[in-house]
Amino acid sequence: MNRFVVIAALAGLAFGATARAQEADTLTPPSQSWRFAGPLGTVDQAAAQRGFQVYADACSNCHGLKYLHYRDLSGIGFTAAQIKEIAARFMVPAGFDNQGNVVTRPATAASPFRPPFPNDEAARAMLNGALPPDLSLIVSSFPNGPNYIYALLTGYQDPPADVKLADGMNYNPYFPGHQIAMPPPLNEGDITYTDGTASTVAQNAHDVVTFLAWAAHPDMVQRKRIGFGVVLYFLGMAGVTFALKRRIWHGVH
Amino acid sequence: MTSGLAGWVDTRLPIVTLMRKEFGTFPVPKNFNYFWNFGAISMLLMVVMISTGVVLAMDYMPNAAEAFGSVQHIMRDVNYGWLVRYLHQNGASMFFIATYIHTFRGIYYGSYKSPRELLWILGVVTLLIMMSTAFMGYVLPWGQMSYWGATVITNMFAAIPFVGDAVVTWLWGGFGVDSPTLSRFYSLHYLLPFVLVAVVLLHITAIHKVGSNNPLGIDVRSPQDTLPFHPYYTIKDCFGLCVYLALFAVLVFFAPDLFGDPTNFIPANPLQTPADIQPEWYFLPFYAILRAVPNKLGGVALMFGAMAILLALPWLDTSPVRSARFRPIYRPLFFVWLASIVLLGAVGAHKPEGIWVILGRIGTIYYFGHLLVVMPILGRFERPLPLPDSISRPVITRNALPRGASVAEIRP
Amino acid sequence: MTGMQTAPIGPSDAVPRRDILTLVALTGAAIGVAGYAWPLIDFMNPSKDVLALASVEVPLEAISPGMGITVVWRGKPIFVRHRTDAEIQQARNTPLDQLSDPQDDRARVQPGHEQWIVVVGICTHLGCIPLGNKPSEMRGNLGGWFCPCHGSQFDTSGRIRVPPAPSNLPIPPYTFESDTKIRIG
Repeated sequence: MNRFVVIAALAGLAFGATARAQEADTLTPPSQSWRFAGPLGTVDQAAAQRGFQVYADACSNCHGLKYLHYRDLSGIGFTAAQIKEIAARFMVPAGFDNQGNVVTRPATAASPFRPPFPNDEAARAMLNGALPPDLSLIVSSFPNGPNYIYALLTGYQDPPADVKLADGMNYNPYFPGHQIAMPPPLNEGDITYTDGTASTVAQNAHDVVTFLAWAAHPDMVQRKRIGFGVVLYFLGMAGVTFALKRRIWHGVH
Repeated sequence: MTSGLAGWVDTRLPIVTLMRKEFGTFPVPKNFNYFWNFGAISMLLMVVMISTGVVLAMDYMPNAAEAFGSVQHIMRDVNYGWLVRYLHQNGASMFFIATYIHTFRGIYYGSYKSPRELLWILGVVTLLIMMSTAFMGYVLPWGQMSYWGATVITNMFAAIPFVGDAVVTWLWGGFGVDSPTLSRFYSLHYLLPFVLVAVVLLHITAIHKVGSNNPLGIDVRSPQDTLPFHPYYTIKDCFGLCVYLALFAVLVFFAPDLFGDPTNFIPANPLQTPADIQPEWYFLPFYAILRAVPNKLGGVALMFGAMAILLALPWLDTSPVRSARFRPIYRPLFFVWLASIVLLGAVGAHKPEGIWVILGRIGTIYYFGHLLVVMPILGRFERPLPLPDSISRPVITRNALPRGASVAEIRP
Repeated sequence: MTGMQTAPIGPSDAVPRRDILTLVALTGAAIGVAGYAWPLIDFMNPSKDVLALASVEVPLEAISPGMGITVVWRGKPIFVRHRTDAEIQQARNTPLDQLSDPQDDRARVQPGHEQWIVVVGICTHLGCIPLGNKPSEMRGNLGGWFCPCHGSQFDTSGRIRVPPAPSNLPIPPYTFESDTKIRIG
C-alpha cells in the first residue's frame, strides 16, 4: 500500500504546489483575518452592515450587485423595516403608463438592487471606456479573492518614477499590469459609520470585503451548519456499518 | 419463498427472484479488498447526479442570455438550490474519483482479461459517456471557463481533414459557441446519463455472467472461495459508501469551490479569453497529451487515442497472469504508468512553458509506451511469481510450492 | 493461518439477526434517504423571489366611489372596489335567504372600511374573469359583476346571485396598512 501513499504524495505535490502562474511582478496580496473563513467561519453582521454602507456610499455609483435583492439584506441582520427604508431610496422601473412611457416607483424589498447604469454602453460612455464589473460574485472570481480585493482597495500608490500612466489610469501594484481605471474608491474620512466605528480606509476595505464575501455566498452560514450534521451523520453511520460488517464477517477468513 | 404482493408479482414478473439471484445469493469471491467498493460507490454517485440533475433542470434556463443568471437564481432563491447545485457540481468530481479508482483497480488486478473483455469494454464506454456528459455539463453555467472550454474543445474537431470546419459549424449551430450550442449541449447533457444507465446495466449483466475478478486474479474453484453477495458485500459496500459520502459532504459543505475555477464566476464573454484556461481536473492528463504534440491533428488524435487505446487493453496485455501482485516486473511499471498519468495531470494544470513541455512529452511517451510496448512484450518473457491454488488457500501454496510450479498449470 | 473455514457459509446463518445494531443501521439509512429526498422535494416549492411577490400593496387614494381597480396578486386578478353608500346599503339589506351561498355583507368587508370590497376576480363556475370592475363594463342586474362566459351574476358584495356559479367570489387575505393602503397576502 505504501506505493499508493507515494502516488498520493506525488499528486499532492504536483497539484498543490501549482499556485497559478501570476504575472511576475504583480504583488501577492497579504493574508488578512476574516471572520467568514474556515469551517467555523460565520458572517460578522455588524461588519457586513458597515460594508453595505461602504458599498452604498463608495461603490454603488459604478458597480452593481445584480444578483442581489433588497430582501437579501435580512441575511446580514437588517430588519424588514430597515430593508423597506433602504429599498425606498431607489426609484426603479415599474411597467408603463397609458402613453407607453416607463413609470418608476420606489423599490421594494422584492426588487433587485438597482443597477448603476442602464446598460454596459452607458457605463463605458460615462467612464472613459471602462466597464466596472458587477460585484455580486467578485470575491469568488479571483483566486484568494477576499485578500485580493482588500489589497486592491488599500494598495493604491503613487507610480514609481519609471512608470508612465496612461491617461485616466491609476497605479496599483496588486492589479495585473499595475494600471487600473478605477480611481482610489476609499478615502480617509469619506464615510461616517452610523454605528460609530472609527472610519479608516483599512476598516472600510475590511468591512466591504466582509459584505461582498457574504453577497457572493449568502448560503454560507446555513451550509456550514447543515454540513456539520451531515458529516457527523456519515461518520456515525460508518461506525455502525463497520461494527455490523465486523460481526457479519466474523469467522470468514 | 415469496408470499403476499411480492409473490403475486414474482410469479408473473420474476423481478424478486432476479434481484435475489443477482444481488442476494450471487456468489462473489471472498477475498475482495476495499478497492472493490468503488463500483458500488460509482453507481450511487450516478444516482446522485441524475436525481440532482433532474431537479436542477427545472430552474435552469438553457440560453446564453439567462443561463448564468438562472444558476445564480438557483443558488440564491430556490429552496436548497445551493445544496442541490453543489451536490451536482462536486458530485461530478466525486463520481470521477470513484470511477477512476475503479478503473485503475481493474487494470492493476487484470480484470479486463479473458473472459472479461466485454465487461471491460463496456466499462470504458461508460467512462467515455461520463466524460462527454461532464464536458457538456460544465458548459451549462455559462461562465468564462464554460464558454472558453467549449470553444477550445469544439475547435479540436476542426483538425479533421477536409470536413473539419463544416463539422465545427455543425456542432455550434452557428459561427461560434452561442445559444444554439448551449441548448444542444443541455439536451445531450440530459440525454446521455440515461444512456449511461443502460450501459451500466449491461456492465452489471456482464459481471453476473463472467463473475468478479479478485485481488489474486485466479479463478473461483469451489464454493469455499465465494460468499453470497448479501449480506457480506452489501454491508461492506455500505461501510465504504458511508466513508466516501462523509468525504463528499466535507467537500460540498466546507469547500464547495475547491475543484471549481474562480474564472467561472465571471459570466461568459465571447470577446475576452481568460488568462489561464484549463479544463476540470479530471480532464487535465488528456489536456496535457493534447498539448504535448506540436501539431493540431496529431494532438487531437493522440488525446482521443489515449482513451480509445484502453478498449484494446485485453489484447495488448499478453501475460497469462491477471493480478499484478504476481508480476514482479510489471507491478512497479504499473506504478510508473500511474505516476506518468499524475504527472500529465500536473502538466495540464500549468502553462506549456519550459520544463512543463518536456515533462508533458515524457509523460505522454510513457503513457502510450507502457500500453503499446511494455504490456505486449513484458507479458511474453516476464516470469510470474507462483500463484496460489485457490482463493481459500492462498498462503499455504505460496509458501509450500516451489517457484513457478503452479504457474505452469495455467499456461496454455 | 491454517485453521481456515471449510464449511460453506449458507445464507441462513449469514443473514444478520434483527438486533439493535441492524435496527440502528436500517433506521439510519431511512433517515439518510429522507434527508436526501427533502432538499430535492423542497426545491420545487415556491422560491424566495416568488414568495417575495406573494404580497402586494395597493394604494387606494385614486379610487373614487363607484370605481374599481384590478391588481395582480399571485398571478390572479384581484378586484378592489370602492362602493357607494347605495351599493353598501343594497348589499346589507339583501335577506340571507335569497342567497344560494348565504353570507352577511359585514363578514365580507373589514370593519370601519365597509366601502371597500376586495375579491378574487375569478368566476367560481369555470374560472373566467367577470366583467364589471370598470363602470363602463356590464355589471349585471345587481350592480356587482357579470361573468360573460355563462351569465353568472354577483352582487356588490361579490356574492353569487344568478347561477350557474355555485359560490361567492372568494376574499383574499388582506389588511389595511392605513386608511388609504391595503396589503394583499
